[in-house]
Amino acid sequence: MKEYIFKNRVWLITDDNGNLIPDVDTDQIFHNAHLYITDINEMWKYTFGNLEGWKDFPKKAENGDIIIAGKNFGSGSSRQQAVDCFKALGIKLIIAESFGAIYKRNAINSGFPIMISQNINDIVFQKKILNLQSISVDILTGELINLDTEEKINLTPFSKVQKDIYDKEILLNI
Amino acid sequence: MSKKTIIEKIFYNHSKEEIKPGRIVWINLDLVTARDFAGPNVVKNFNNYYKQKDLFNRSKTLFTFDLTVPPKTIQYANNQQICREFAKEKGIKVFDIDQGIGTHTLIEKGLAHPGTIVVGTDSHMNILSAVNCFGQGMGDIDIAFGFRYGKTWFEIPETVKVLIKGKPKKYFSAKDLTLKILGVLKTDRVLGKAIEFYGKTIEDLDISGRITLLSMTTEMGGIVGFIPFTENTIMEIKKLNGLDELLEEIRADEDAHYSEIIEIDVSDIEPMISMPPYPHNVKKISELEKRIKVDFGFIGSCTNGRIEDIEKAWEILRGKHIADGVRLAIVPSTKMVYRQALERGMLNDLFNAGAIISNPGCGGCAQGHIGMTGKNEVMVSTGNRNFPGKQGDGLNYLTSPEVVAYSVLNGFISSKEH
Ligand code: SF4
Repeated sequence: MKEYIFKNRVWLITDDNGNLIPDVDTDQIFHNAHLYITDINEMWKYTFGNLEGWKDFPKKAENGDIIIAGKNFGSGSSRQQAVDCFKALGIKLIIAESFGAIYKRNAINSGFPIMISQNINDIVFQKKILNLQSISVDILTGELINLDTEEKINLTPFSKVQKDIYDKEILLNI
Repeated sequence: MSKKTIIEKIFYNHSKEEIKPGRIVWINLDLVTARDFAGPNVVKNFNNYYKQKDLFNRSKTLFTFDLTVPPKTIQYANNQQICREFAKEKGIKVFDIDQGIGTHTLIEKGLAHPGTIVVGTDSHMNILSAVNCFGQGMGDIDIAFGFRYGKTWFEIPETVKVLIKGKPKKYFSAKDLTLKILGVLKTDRVLGKAIEFYGKTIEDLDISGRITLLSMTTEMGGIVGFIPFTENTIMEIKKLNGLDELLEEIRADEDAHYSEIIEIDVSDIEPMISMPPYPHNVKKISELEKRIKVDFGFIGSCTNGRIEDIEKAWEILRGKHIADGVRLAIVPSTKMVYRQALERGMLNDLFNAGAIISNPGCGGCAQGHIGMTGKNEVMVSTGNRNFPGKQGDGLNYLTSPEVVAYSVLNGFISSKEH
């Protein structure tokens, strides 16, 4: 049975002012110097390898963690590694204000859970969710609950295609 | 919904499903391609999931090698070899390392047609809309699925209408127009949307200018951009690909629905530049506060690697020599462009002006074969991205071929006027 509710601690990919960093592109997520790597097990250590302030993320992240990111996350190139590196790190879900178009497809097609919330930056900025707090997210209803404060937030739930692919692990099983 | 925008018409012709922005439909693909980058993973995915199975159509699947050509490391060489062997086994075409940038090759060879849908592992695949083809960059899973089934799912985007108003006074190039528009739209106004551009200034662009502008819809965060054909566009396309067949032009219906109409006045265009680290950090060169010393110039990429681009630089550089201590790399986008530059004697003049001229391909873009900058170096590039690390460790400024030419001559960022 696939998991539809994730309960884990969360990383807020913010800058020094407490805003979610916008436009984190695929070169910042998984730099093109490592593009020759095709083995997913090798990818985790390069995650955010080119994102100021977050270069040590692979050491800090733990299996099961959730990420909250800013707008246009994953813009740039079509590299699958920029999704797979998070899988390799054990990240369970990425929530962002919006995603780069190709990144969104790559994540959905590889069965990696991503969700969108247009006002997530305000929520983070108003400190309704803090770094490393625990949250629970239901990907089918879109309900996010901050488990420390019980505050609820609505995300856009999975679309039908997204759920179909997620259930089958990958587009290639459809 | 009966009245349709251009993208909606193309989707309708390829799915026959109800077309409405936000709806996800399955569409049939006319051509599915992979590059040397991501190509090996397409092969790996295909072999893992579809062992012994056929491609959906051998004449509609192919490889284009353009990113690291010739391969600069053993790993890249092996990756290309994986694709070649797969292509041989399946009996499909490879545009090999001598051919240049895949999207440009598809346009020149007449493989991207108006009204068709072409996907590939290149995030600037939407360049193909220069010939009214819906091109889209996708990841290796998508492409492996496309190789097998010839179809994909797509969320129908909203369409934004961008009206280009005003006529640039004296100075004008497609890259300046592009940067001007990018500076206004930034990355959020058309994010995930299709764009239709209208207005005389933009419709007058030739194919190379259309390629420049439409390639950077990616940097605007857009899905694809379309510019209506003029008679000249149709003639140019026929001349490029040598095909006589009637070109089917796709126009939006009157009263089609647009999520937004954005007007951009371009009458104040001057030589423009985009400041690192984001393409949308656009300024006029005349507004630069201090003189910026230049170490490296790059003319090429899928945005500005056409013969028209090289010609503009050549007109400025011939008979002169670039400044001491400055390097200049020129990379034609395709073999055809290379041949044109060669036959017209441009390469000779550019060589004498001190340029390094390489074989066609992506060149300096994405740390390709023509070299990068070291720490604290400044590059002026005609490419489309200046993200940290994209073209080296230094600072990367994006601009037109003309500005790159003047800048390497003067040793600092400059245009004719400034
Ligand atoms: S020139 Fe650069 S941006 Fe264009 S396809 Fe090649 S690597 Fe991509």
